[in-house]
Amino acid sequence: MAFTLYSLIQTAILCTNAVAVLHEERFLSKFGWGVDQGVGGFGDDPGVKAQILTLIRSVRTVMRVPLIIVNTVCIVLLLLFG
Amino acid sequence: MDLPQQGYRATKPRARAPPPTADSVLFDDTSSAAPAMNSQGYYTPGYNMAGPQNDMQGGAGPNNMFADPMANAAMMYGSSLANTGKDMVNKEISKFMSVNKLKYFFAVDTRYVLKKLMILMFPYTHQDWEVRYHRDTPLPPRQDVNAPDLYIPTMAFITYILLAGMALGIQKRFSPEVLGLCASTALVWVIIEVLVMLLSLYLLTVHSDLSTFDLIAYSGYKYVGMIFTVLCGLLFGSDGYYVALAWSSCALMFFLVRSLKMKIIPSTDSMGTGSSAKPQFRLYITVVIAVFQPIIIYWLTSHLVR
Repeated sequence: MAFTLYSLIQTAILCTNAVAVLHEERFLSKFGWGVDQGVGGFGDDPGVKAQILTLIRSVRTVMRVPLIIVNTVCIVLLLLFG
Repeated sequence: MDLPQQGYRATKPRARAPPPTADSVLFDDTSSAAPAMNSQGYYTPGYNMAGPQNDMQGGAGPNNMFADPMANAAMMYGSSLANTGKDMVNKEISKFMSVNKLKYFFAVDTRYVLKKLMILMFPYTHQDWEVRYHRDTPLPPRQDVNAPDLYIPTMAFITYILLAGMALGIQKRFSPEVLGLCASTALVWVIIEVLVMLLSLYLLTVHSDLSTFDLIAYSGYKYVGMIFTVLCGLLFGSDGYYVALAWSSCALMFFLVRSLKMKIIPSTDSMGTGSSAKPQFRLYITVVIAVFQPIIIYWLTSHLVR
């Protein structure tokens, strides 16, 4: 498996897109992973599920605008250069 | 840190050198006979310090460079330019990572490097694995042999790339693209491993004082084992490769488990109210990191030794 730096960038963009697409109300609530079901314990160790939910929510909030820009650039470059 | 300054200073005399040597043939007689007249002659056009570049053309010859106020002013201007450039670069870099933290990892000396390489290859006789502190700050690698550093992983990575090129060249499979591919593959595996480690440490809320650079250092130590393995494979053939692979894998696993045990698994029972699954997760993380090393060593070196 030979990785180039370009494939790493591609993987990163695809993974971030995948995390950003998870919608709270339509999708995650069906699995019990919605906004209200996540943070239950206010103790010192939140647990794995709460950490994952926090991570997903923070990635979606932070990376929304940069992802729009990066995806637009990628689309334009792929259209021009194949 | 001195490099940009040297670069600037190296270009400035070179830019100034051709005109004086071309004109020195004309100025040779007058400059040695009457240096006072020359310096007086240059005072009048030298009032505007804003354009030292233009006034440098009729230089008084390379011998009088420091006596000439124009050249002095030009050199000071050039060095101030270099200083502002260096400050700007430092400011931009320090937005992404703290340079002081990075300097800590490169504060090594020869004795530390030799001892660390010996521990990496033969960790079974090393007694004390504690990282020593000095008033809450960890000691730099120069004074503590257990501290992680980034010098050995960086040098080992570069040596591994060169060794891979040499191994491929011996087997007549070399081309410059393959070298770049090998380098980027190894780099990508390091990045993936560090990201997975960071993610698992965050998800399982393991509060350790392992920073990103520490993880990069610990995952870069495997390159020393890889170099040893590839060398033995080249020198002694396939049997030597497998023996060296087994030896360096065991040594590296032992080293990593002993080193990370100190940092990830707390020695004192400070988290009294934590769930009972916590020590298990920490142990799982350490063991998975250790078991991942031989796999990646085999993956990255087996195609070099056929």
